[in-house]
Amino acid sequence: MRANFIFSEVWIGLRRNLTMTIAVVVTVAVGMALLGIGLMINSQVSSLTSYWTNKVELSVYLCKKDSPFEECRNKGAITEEEKIALQTRLKAMPLVERVDFETQAEAYKLFTGQGVNPVLKQATRVEDMPESFRVKLRDPDKATEVVQSLQGAAGVSRIINTKDLANPFFDFLEKLRNMALAIAFIMVFAATLLIGNTVRLSAYNRRRETGIMRLVGASNIYIQLPFVMEGTIAGLIGGVFSAVLLIVTKIMLFDSIQGFMAVQLGWNSLAWVITLTMSIGVLICILASFITLRRYLRV
Amino acid sequence: MIHFDNVSKVYANQNRPALDHVSVDVDKGEFVFLVGPSGSGKSTFLRLVLKEERPNSGAIHVAGKDLAKLSNFKVPHLRRRIGCVFQDFRLLPNKNVYENVAFALEVIGKPRRFIRKVVPEVIELVGLEGKAHRMPDELSGGEQQRVAMARAFVNRPMILLADEPTGNIDPATSIGIMKVLDRINRTGTTVLMATHDAAIVDSMRKRVVELEDGKIVRDQSRGVYGQAY
Repeated sequence: MRANFIFSEVWIGLRRNLTMTIAVVVTVAVGMALLGIGLMINSQVSSLTSYWTNKVELSVYLCKKDSPFEECRNKGAITEEEKIALQTRLKAMPLVERVDFETQAEAYKLFTGQGVNPVLKQATRVEDMPESFRVKLRDPDKATEVVQSLQGAAGVSRIINTKDLANPFFDFLEKLRNMALAIAFIMVFAATLLIGNTVRLSAYNRRRETGIMRLVGASNIYIQLPFVMEGTIAGLIGGVFSAVLLIVTKIMLFDSIQGFMAVQLGWNSLAWVITLTMSIGVLICILASFITLRRYLRV
Repeated sequence: MIHFDNVSKVYANQNRPALDHVSVDVDKGEFVFLVGPSGSGKSTFLRLVLKEERPNSGAIHVAGKDLAKLSNFKVPHLRRRIGCVFQDFRLLPNKNVYENVAFALEVIGKPRRFIRKVVPEVIELVGLEGKAHRMPDELSGGEQQRVAMARAFVNRPMILLADEPTGNIDPATSIGIMKVLDRINRTGTTVLMATHDAAIVDSMRKRVVELEDGKIVRDQSRGVYGQAY
């Protein structure tokens, strides 16, 4: 096997089919980048899920005077006795790990500290904020049980599971991921066809050479290898571009919304995604080349 | 060297067989003309020797191998022992004389040192010394055919198949081509040449096998082309 002979053949083939080669490179790059972005979102979603699951707590809001919520209507503010009774009850529950009390002042501080609209901030007074118990659960998956048992207790207004606040964001991420994966799938399909076509053109362009190779007794692998290598190299270049796209995406997109995500997408998982997408890209190119060669290059 | 035993070949979608129960024996070192009109089965005969086609019936042995039992994987090795020359030369237009000849060795993985040694030798053998760096389009038809012969012979095949090698060449130049074929034959290579060229066959006085409608109608040592044509 003479490596430099094969490589010169490959180089000639790639140059002759320059436009097709570029098309393959671009398709593979975009397809693999989208696949990678899908995988990145996926890993982000799973690490976020565990992050949020750990942070889950229930906010048990308490009735105050003239509270608009149905649960408190006609009852007036929660009394001091009711408050103590509720706290004792919460602390006695086996599912509850810890109970903290949040005063109106604390709630106001938290609310105004969130970068809230200044007009809204001016219109809100400390007395508008509800008091609440912050309940940390031993098992976040059993939150509904706790919520159900507390519903209707004297002085209890709304009970909010903090996990529910994050759900729309999770839904959005999942939609984004599915879309990226769907487009990636279409791109991979297009890349397969393009590679097939490139190899076919290449085989046609070089039919004189391959005819002579057959005649003088070159082995099948010697005849086919340059074509498969063409596909592979185009796939590999596409893979490198997709890696660059993925790195840019991490820095520009994932790192900039890190504030929301609270979980950083590490370089390790990016390296894993890049390795995976490149392998898939190259594998597809090799397969497409082989399948086309079997049809168009009689050996 | 080449042994055909009751070989028949019918191409798909054709009623008439291209070869019809043909039996021939060609010994090592022989020079055989395969003559007959177009469509008589000469090219089919050569393609069967190369295992480019399979016979519908009968057995073919080439260089001691039963082609029916030769796996596809081993066909390239058979072809390395057979050189081929065609009417249309089949040179690579973007490679010069040396590169065209060397190509045949490169693609079967011969080491570069070996190639550098044998290619100039064979270029000299076919009478193209000093023209190694010419491109095919700078050569006459006869010279191009010599390049093709050098390529066919460079790996020292046991058999040389020539399919109308003088078909595109004027009679005067053809004599030179035949001299090269004769020289190759004298090295011990079996030469099987399909041709229409009566003058050449008559002048060489070699064995003549005549095909007509896929049947052998004459097999004559030291023969001529025949009165019928």
